[in-house]
Amino acid sequence: MSSKIPVVEKILSANDRLALENRARFDAAGVFAINVMASPGAGKTSLIEQTIRALQGKLRIGMINGDIATSFDADRAAAAGAAAVQINTGGDCHLDAVMLQSALGQLDLSSLDLVIIENVGNLICPAEFKLGAHKNVLVASIPEGDDKPYKYPGMYRGVHAVVINKIDLLPYVPFRMDFFKEGIEALNPGVVQFELSCRTGEGLQAWFNWLVSEARKAALR
Amino acid sequence: MHELAVTESILEIALRHAHAQKASRILEMHLVIGEWSSIVDDSVQFYWDIISENTIAHGAKLCFRRLPAVLQCRQCGHTYHPDSRTLLCPQCHSKHITVLQGEEFYLEAIEVENEPEFTSPA
Repeated sequence: MSSKIPVVEKILSANDRLALENRARFDAAGVFAINVMASPGAGKTSLIEQTIRALQGKLRIGMINGDIATSFDADRAAAAGAAAVQINTGGDCHLDAVMLQSALGQLDLSSLDLVIIENVGNLICPAEFKLGAHKNVLVASIPEGDDKPYKYPGMYRGVHAVVINKIDLLPYVPFRMDFFKEGIEALNPGVVQFELSCRTGEGLQAWFNWLVSEARKAALR
Repeated sequence: MHELAVTESILEIALRHAHAQKASRILEMHLVIGEWSSIVDDSVQFYWDIISENTIAHGAKLCFRRLPAVLQCRQCGHTYHPDSRTLLCPQCHSKHITVLQGEEFYLEAIEVENEPEFTSPA
């Protein structure tokens, strides 16, 4: 005899539960955590490097880097002055809450104010897996083109802040900022936005200020 | 390509519910996937055949119900499917929209075979 059992359970509910546990660990330590996502080459590591250098003395920063094989990015973060942990995903296209949980064991959260998680370079998969960070940040860049919100709605909907990097290239690349922003605002109304260039330094200060103010809020929680 | 991790979750959920109902076999899996969930049916099927082996779910048929993205304009109330060139309301061109459908990703139901009830000999 066969019968139908109603289930109605989100496929990634186990990951979501673990993400909540990770969040609780951050909260207990008064740490502000961000999950930085982007396509490869958008400038995640450059932004993180600049951030670590600029906020030295203001915030104690830990960095968790997810990469398929190398530790180049974690090395760059460590050289810039952060406590860095490398997660090699061994081919996985994203970080998930389990990987983050094991990486957290290698960081002394009580001695940190800000944890920056650098996800694997990819605009598709990382959007599906919550990690437990307080804010998901997407780094977009001018050379990628202005159609990305339309092509990757899942990613653009799941973030709290969008950093538009490489604005120094605007004169050289066809990029309709209005069209790009129209897509972002339709998908994610009111999302925090930063336009900056890691190369020239333009616009970086607003990003730093936002991190500092969010980290202060987290410390008071 | 995160379908392996995803397929493992699907299996775990299905087995948990099947065991709770003392099912002896899972015959069908009914999955609901929104257009904006980045899941590829064929990849899930590929991993499913491998990882369900030696479980009561082996050989179960995967049934995918795909839901198209549906947006609603908050200005004029029009509901529509976005095309690839714009997300704005085709009627009044407002960017104030609500996503009504398209982000789903869940296991809706499973069809199972139940163990025959134990009946004591008369």
